[in-house]
Amino acid sequence: MHVDKDLVAASATPLVLAILAEGESYGYAILKRVQALSGGELQWTDGMLYPLLHRLQRLGYVTTEWRTPPEGRRRKYYAITDEGRAALADQQQQWVAVTRALKDVWPGSGGMLAALGDA
Amino acid sequence: MENLEAQIAEWRAYAARAPGVNGRDVDELEDHLRHQIAELSNAGLTTDESFLIAVKRLGDVDGLSREFAREHSGRLWKQLLSSDDEPARTSSGWVEAFAFAVGAAVAIQVARLAAGFPDEEPTWLARNATLFVLPFLAAYFAHRRALDIRQWVVTALPFVLAALVVNLYPWSTGSDTEALVILSLPVALWFAAAYPYMGGTVRAHERRMDFVRFTGEWFIYYVLIAFGGGVLMGLTAAILEPAGVDVERVAEWVLPSGAAGAVIVAAWLVESKQRVVENMAPVLTMLFTPLFAVMLVCAAVVYAVTGLGGAFDRELLSVIDALLVVVLALVLYGMSARDPFTSTPGWMDGIQLVAVVSALVLDLMVLGAMIARIGELGFTPNRTAALGLNLVLLMNLAVAAWLSARFLTGRSGFHRLERWQTTYLPVFALWAVTVVVVLPPLFAFA
Repeated sequence: MHVDKDLVAASATPLVLAILAEGESYGYAILKRVQALSGGELQWTDGMLYPLLHRLQRLGYVTTEWRTPPEGRRRKYYAITDEGRAALADQQQQWVAVTRALKDVWPGSGGMLAALGDA
Repeated sequence: MENLEAQIAEWRAYAARAPGVNGRDVDELEDHLRHQIAELSNAGLTTDESFLIAVKRLGDVDGLSREFAREHSGRLWKQLLSSDDEPARTSSGWVEAFAFAVGAAVAIQVARLAAGFPDEEPTWLARNATLFVLPFLAAYFAHRRALDIRQWVVTALPFVLAALVVNLYPWSTGSDTEALVILSLPVALWFAAAYPYMGGTVRAHERRMDFVRFTGEWFIYYVLIAFGGGVLMGLTAAILEPAGVDVERVAEWVLPSGAAGAVIVAAWLVESKQRVVENMAPVLTMLFTPLFAVMLVCAAVVYAVTGLGGAFDRELLSVIDALLVVVLALVLYGMSARDPFTSTPGWMDGIQLVAVVSALVLDLMVLGAMIARIGELGFTPNRTAALGLNLVLLMNLAVAAWLSARFLTGRSGFHRLERWQTTYLPVFALWAVTVVVVLPPLFAFA
């Protein structure tokens, strides 16, 4: 299944914030997590994740830190802030409202939409 | 493996050249690339294949660069990006700028001739002076940003309204309200020019910050042009006076046209030569913010010790008001020139807080003196205008100090501070408009 580009873009912010709410992470790992969560159905151009992360940083939703893990290269880690959690909660409400409306008007497709609502 | 390193280095060099992407971003993208290559290699692909697929998945550099540039409009400003959205201009648009500059220069002369200058210098000319210049600036931006008809109308509207107010109100010559209008109208109309500058959008906070940056850099260019013009005039006078030419008569005509035309030329310079000022302006703010901070602290301490007393006469009040406006302008400009991605506070942020807090103290003292004066002598147009300006400044400085303290102690992000200033910009415009439109009838054009 191919998810529409606009929908992918709209869901990107809550997805990334939700992933960071699980714990701090870095670009590649975030992308892997998105793939795992969506079963590969949300296709991002990998690079586009970074401008998004930078926007979240500018808005104060995430903080960043360059660290060198024991094995390997220097890497930029992102962690969610309280403001980011608040934004995530807000986004969640919006998505729940959207999915609820869709669920009511599309009987029988509740399973998929409920999954969307969790994101 | 060596081959892979060479390929990655090549990709790095290519990506680093893209506008809007800086070295740190490339580091981050490279890390991503390496992860992807490692994973693909583990899955059994050759390094060459892995590299190709990883690069492809990362997205083409042009698209990526556009995304980065959209997010980092400050960097884009630095890089003179000619993106696909904006077709490359032939001869960097100087013909266009020149036409509007000449328009302003001619308009001001026509007005002076109509006023019967130099024998007479009616005050309507002074009241209207901005209206002969800033519409050309607004039109220049409207043209440059290719606004549609509706946006042109919106751009023209404030100027038409201003022309009506300035000419239809029954001004009494030489009155205080008239003097206030002569001072406030340029400010109000400068904000009106922000609309076409921002391409017909007023809500976008990033664009507002761009306008602040533009204002600061425009000012620097204007001062440079004025200085150059002054040198030219001085030398012309020195060389022609012995030949019996009445240079003063000539200067009387050249100066206003030059001053009017320079408004548009400076705007064009900011637009097209951003990189030059980009290097200079942050240095100037870095130099002057600390100096002004020291001066403000001294002033605040001196007046706190000597007390308000008689020292706060009318002239000093206006000097301090001017000082406060300059400080705010410095802080605002410093903010717009700051890289918003250095999220940890630096020493400049500390100095800005010092400047803001001492300005706040001074402002409070001025307000105290002013209220005492008004309580004693009642409201006049001048006192009301000054009181309003001080209240507008107080509000801005107080919240700015609070947010900046929070930022320095790491309790909130810098964007809050930035957001506050861009949100507050319309308040300045509103107050300038109030002084022009509401105060005069309120005081019966006294």
